Order: sequence, then C-alpha cells, then structure tokens
Amino acid sequence: MTDSIVLKLNGLSKHFGPVIANDNVSLTLNKGEVLALLGENGAGKTTLMNMLFGHYLPDAGSIEVADEGGVLRPLPLGHPQVALASGVGMVHQHFTLAENISALDNITLGSEPLLSLRRNRRAARRRIEGIMAQSGLSAPLDTPVGRLSVGERQRVEILKALYRNARILVLDEPTAVLTPQEADTLFENIRLMTDEGLSVIFISHKLREVLAFSDRIAVLRHGRKVGEMATSEADEKSIAQMMVGAETPELAGSYLTPGDPVLTMSGVSVAGRSKRDTLTAIDLTVHAHEILGIAGVSGNGQSGLANVIAGLVRPEQGLIKVDGVEIASPTPAKMVRAGVGRIPEDRHHEGIVGAMSVAENMVIERLKDPEVQSYGLLRREDIQDNAERLSKAYDVRGPGVDAPARLLSGGNIQKLILARVFDLSPRLILANQPTRGLDMGAAAEVGKRLLNARARGAGVVLISEDLDELLSLADRIVVIRDGELHEAPGRDREQIGLMMAGEPA
Amino acid sequence: MIRIELRQTQSRAFTLGVPILSAVIALGFAAIPLLAAGANPIAAYAEMFRGVFGSVFAFSEVLTRATPLIFTGLAAALAFRAKLWNIGAEGQLYLGAMAAVAIGSGVLDITGILLLPLIVLMGAAAGAAGMVAPTYLKTRFGADEVVTTLLLNFIILIFVQMMLEGPLQDPMGLGWPQSAPVLDQGMLPPLMERMRVHSGLVLALILAGLAQFMLARSVWGFKLRAVGENAAAARHAGINVNRSLFGVAILSGGLAGLAGVSEVAGLKGYLTADLSPGFGYTGIVVAMLAGLSPVGVVIAALFIASVFVGADSMSRAMGVSSFLADLVVSVSLLCVLVGGFVARYRIVRASTARAVS
Repeated sequence: MTDSIVLKLNGLSKHFGPVIANDNVSLTLNKGEVLALLGENGAGKTTLMNMLFGHYLPDAGSIEVADEGGVLRPLPLGHPQVALASGVGMVHQHFTLAENISALDNITLGSEPLLSLRRNRRAARRRIEGIMAQSGLSAPLDTPVGRLSVGERQRVEILKALYRNARILVLDEPTAVLTPQEADTLFENIRLMTDEGLSVIFISHKLREVLAFSDRIAVLRHGRKVGEMATSEADEKSIAQMMVGAETPELAGSYLTPGDPVLTMSGVSVAGRSKRDTLTAIDLTVHAHEILGIAGVSGNGQSGLANVIAGLVRPEQGLIKVDGVEIASPTPAKMVRAGVGRIPEDRHHEGIVGAMSVAENMVIERLKDPEVQSYGLLRREDIQDNAERLSKAYDVRGPGVDAPARLLSGGNIQKLILARVFDLSPRLILANQPTRGLDMGAAAEVGKRLLNARARGAGVVLISEDLDELLSLADRIVVIRDGELHEAPGRDREQIGLMMAGEPA
Repeated sequence: MIRIELRQTQSRAFTLGVPILSAVIALGFAAIPLLAAGANPIAAYAEMFRGVFGSVFAFSEVLTRATPLIFTGLAAALAFRAKLWNIGAEGQLYLGAMAAVAIGSGVLDITGILLLPLIVLMGAAAGAAGMVAPTYLKTRFGADEVVTTLLLNFIILIFVQMMLEGPLQDPMGLGWPQSAPVLDQGMLPPLMERMRVHSGLVLALILAGLAQFMLARSVWGFKLRAVGENAAAARHAGINVNRSLFGVAILSGGLAGLAGVSEVAGLKGYLTADLSPGFGYTGIVVAMLAGLSPVGVVIAALFIASVFVGADSMSRAMGVSSFLADLVVSVSLLCVLVGGFVARYRIVRASTARAVS
C-alpha cells in the first residue's frame, strides 16, 4: 500500500434552498485505502458523493482526481461522464441495473460505442472474467439480472464500475441489503481489490463493520466534517460521539406532569413490504402533556409506526387506543375524528394536493364539518374566511389562499399543514420528520407549535432523525430499530447513538 | 440542453388565444393535402364554413352530431379528472342503446309518459354497469383499467351483434340485424320542425352544466379533484379513494350510456351494430381538447362536430375524397393539443445551470 493521494475534495459546499447539505468539506483518499464515511441520515454523505460523481454541482470548492500516472488533475464539476472517465465509479444503494438483460450486457452497457456494428462480446467476457478472477467477485454472467440475488446484483454493479476502469470506488451503504455472511465476503473482496491498487470510499452507519474493515474514518455531521482518524485509533464510543455530537441541548419546554394516556399501542405488529414499514409487537404509551421522541436510523420501521398512527395501515395484530377509546380497524378518517392530528413525512406527496387551492387544502380533512359544507355543497365563503384566518394565525405566506398550494415554498406548505392540524386542537399529534428540509426559522416555528400543543394538554409522537431536535423537544425518547422499540434510559446522547447503531446499551 | 416546466401563471388572453391560433394553424396545414387533391383551399374552407353556418339546417346538423359527443366527452372528462382512464365509452354507449331498445320497443307494457324517463334511466344504468367490473378489478387487484375498458368495447360490440341476430332482432325486419323500433312515446322529442336535432341535446347541456357546478362546488367534486390530483394526499386526509373512484366510474359509464340512448331514442329510432362511428373514442379527444372541463366539453364537441359536418359538405361540394375530412379533423386536433401544451408549459434553456463549470 502506497500513500500517494488519488482523490482530493477541497472545501465542497452545497445548499438546497435554505438547507445546507455540505459546508466546506475537504477529504483526501490514498491509493489502496478504504475510507469509511460515517454520519447520521441527513449528515450530507450522499450529497458529497453525488458531487464527486458529477450528479450535483457544488456551490463552492473543487475536486482533484489522480490520472493513471498518479498526477492529481482538477475534475470538471457536474459531469458524470467525465467523472466516470477519470476512474470514479459509484455503486448506489438502489441498484441501477436493467433487470431483463443479462449481467454481461448490464456490465458492458453504456461503455460500447453506440454506432459500432458488431459487439465484441467475446472480448468483453474475457475481460470481465479476468476482473472476476482478480477481485474474487463472482456473478453468473448470462442470467438476466432480475433472477439474481441482491448480493449477486451488487457484485454486478461493482464489476460494472471495475469494467470501466474505476480506480476509485464509492459504495453507498453496501451492506444495508446484505446478510452478514454476504457482507463479510464483500469486504474480503474489497481487500483483494485494494491490494491491487483500488481505492474505496464506503458510506455506512454501522459502527462495527466500519471499525473492522476500514483504514481510515471520516465523520460528517450536519453537513460538516467533524472528525477524521485512522481506524486503528478509533473506538465505538468516540465515533458514536462524533456522529451525534457532544453536547446535549437544553430541554426547550418547562417540566409538565404527564396526564392520562392519549395513545396506547399494545402488541402492534405490521408486516410491511420492507424493513421501513415493518413493526414487531410494539408497545407504546403517550400521555397528555408529553412529547415522545422516536429516534432511529431511517428505515428501521418509522414509516410503519407513522402509517399505523395516521390510520393508513391496519395492523395485523395489537390494540390501539386513542384517548382511552379503542380504534378498531383504523382509517385516516377515523383517526382524525378520534382527535389525531397528522403531520406527514413527505409533505408534498401526502400533505397537500398541490393543484388545489390553499383554502381547499386547509379543509381537506374536515369535509363533513357543517362549517365546510351543507347538504353536500361547499360553503365557499366560510372556507375562504377559514383560510384567511389560518393564514394570518400561522403566518402562511404565498400568492394568496386561492392560489394552488404547490406555489407555496416548502416552509409555507408545512405551515399550511400545521394550521390545518393544530386548528382542530388534536388530542394526539403525529409529527413525522416535521422539520426536514426547513430553514432554521421555520423549524423553530414547528418546535414552538409542538410545545404549545403539549402545554395545552396534547400528546405528541415526534419521529425524527435529528437527535438534537429530539433532545431539545422530547420529554422521553424511544429508539426504533428493526421494527422494535427500545426505551432510552435517559437523555444520554452517546447511549442513544449506540442504541440506534445496533449496539447493546 | 432544454427543460420543460409548468407555467406558474397563465394570462387569460393567452389561455383563450392559443386554441384559436392553433385552429388557424391547423387549417393552414390541412391546406396542403387539399392542394394535393387539386382543390382550392380557400374555396374549400368557404364550403366548409357554409356547411356549418350556411343555413339553419346546416347548423342543426352540427348540433345533432355534437349531442352524443357531449355525452361521451363528459364521460371521459369526469373519469379522467379522477385519473380513472375509462376508454370504454364506446362499449358503454352500446349498453345504453341496448337497454333503450329493450325497454322502449314495447317489450314491457309501459306506455305514456313513464316510458321515456324509464328509457333514459335504464340506459344510464346499463352504461354504468359496464364500468363496475373494470373498476372493481382496478381497486381490488390493480388491473389497468385502460386495458379492461378498452377490451370490453369489443366484447360488448360482439354481444350487440349477437343480440341483434337473436332476442333483440326486429321480427318485422326481414332478417336484417336490427332491433325493433322504439315506440313513439319513448322517443326524445325533436327540437325543431323537419330537423334532426332532438331534446337529447338539452339533456346533454343540462348535465354538462350540472357536472361543472358539482365539480367546483360540491364535496363530491372536491373529493374527485383531490383523488385525481394526488391520491396519496387524498387518502392521507381521510378521503375514501376507492369509493370516489367507484362513484365517478358509475357516472362516467352512465353518461356514456346516455349517448347511446340519445342516438337510439333521439335520432335513429332503432339499434344497429353501426350505431356509433366511434363516438366513444372521439369523446376522449373532446375531453382532452376541453382540458377536462365539462363546459369546455360542450365547446370542444361543437368544434369537432363542426369540422366533421363542414368537412363532409366540403368534400361533397369540391369533389375531393371524404377521407380529407378525417385528415382535417386529425390535423386540427394535433394542433390544438400542441397549442394546449404550449399554453401550460414553457420551454427553458437549462444552460445557465452549468455555467459554473
């Protein structure tokens, strides 16, 4: 292993509107090295790699990549083809393979001249077999990719990058889809490849595999690089601390004695389509005057929990009570009537009907209300007045209440949803990632509204990937992992970080 | 690099001007085949205009032709608003027509004033019934309704032919595959002396106005729009998406069934297997031209009917092939649809985004 630098990221920054995804991040990668890029969801790992690969154009900063002779040259930004040609290969979390054609064709696809009359499949096969022998990666080349296992598909993706002469390989959460045995094999193969001079960046939030397989670790948090060290000098505790931050924020609300339970879930199970929406016999109680925070790495069952409370999914097993009343076979309408206010995770997709007016979106959950309709006809003046009133009270700004809701900015769409939810004085509020993508001001507004509802006597379920947000708002924190809930023993950030990462507390 | 994006706002003059300009451009394009066929385009278009507005009779023919198109256009427009792609209006039209002759030709011993309302109701119900199975398959199993409704058209048409040579055949019809005529008291009364335009048009106009009102002003219309624009958000907000889809499916099928009733009980008097020259499919075009607005459907149906009727009389007067009429219609449609796209979207050059590199 030599120590010549193959990649330098110099002060990369990227904003999406008011949200800072990466702030002045610099990294170097040496030849034959495995660099682990760690961070919570939303820490900016994927954005950083997408800038390297040319999918995003950085607001500031530059990238240098070594050419075949080992000389660093600036990489033109924003051109995936150029990045590919300079030897940067990326394997995404979601594979980009055509399922109906063979692995061989998938690997060669796109690297053949478009107008050549004869495809030289024999030469391609020889080359791929050579790469397979060298790297230890094997995959059946003639089977349609649709019939391959997930692990085999991943190997095809890596072979595709190597076939294009990748000297730098980026793996975005490669083990998320693999069994532990498959993961071990993958890492052995990666070792074989780095011995041949390949350099690897792998993105992960599993501490154990990072410690076992990487040479160096870089940690991102809130878009900044907060730490970098040789793996030999790192331990789980210090990395977890870096990932989640050192200081615990002050509780924003004053202490209130919890009241009666407003939500009780006992033994609730949901067999989802994936890990994201699967729940295994969870028990959960939320009291009046209480904000319950749900912490966890994304995709561990948060969607399943939110869908059940929102009434979108009927659990296979278990009992749900809102305000002491059992909700049999819940639907969204039943939940709203029972006094559940829902702030959905994806506000554009589930929160609003973009083509309908702001005023209509503000009453969409209460179409049976006599203030909204009489004899099945909409009371347009009342709907209008309601919208004017709510826009003022919740500071919803935009081209007016008659304009389509899609014309509002993200923050104002969230305010529209808050207005609709809080105006009904719900007993229980489900807030799923309520501040994601919002700027500081709008995020603070959401927090304030949740605390006000808590003071009024509502219970709140706050699902968030931002531990700072949970620690400052939640009275109690529960960690969700693999569809199960684990009560966090207090507000210890490090402990929670370890629980999220799957370490025994 | 260019990019296409939705216009944030569109001026009223723009919205109205684009379709008119598109129609003019269409006539310009259609002049090319007319020239090739050896006709003087200006004289041809003058004939076409005369064929539409030249006399009361000419215009009444346009109204007669527009009537079924308003029904099928409404059927498509309402369903498409909810993103329910009912391509089966043609079949539902025949179901409605079959119900009309089955009840109206004296099989049932109903006479007098009750017969006509019963024909109208049962015709609509028959059309609606044609939508039940496709909608059930869609909501229950996710079957694509484009395929199911489209294929049902052919099944229904063959069923009609079977019935016309079997139970529904006119015993006095000398063996022709046609039904017995609808009794006089079951016929939709004509609107004018010695003209073919009938009161089915009035029913169509009332229903278009009602649909427009209900879409904008009723809770039912609110739900329909929400389901069509964003089904996930509608479901999240507590709207029963499947129930809304069933509701609009029944209405859409019913309206298409009324097109059949109107043709049989308003115009032809009896049913044959060539009752509709594709009114169901043309209804889809009408709805798209109208931007799925019910009042727009009336205007679009009148436009298409004018082009058909006008092009017919043009081809007769100028001695050119009647297929040129179809050509004129197609070119107008393409131009108006492209025009509608231009009115809704704009094309932006995306080169600025790359300026940094």
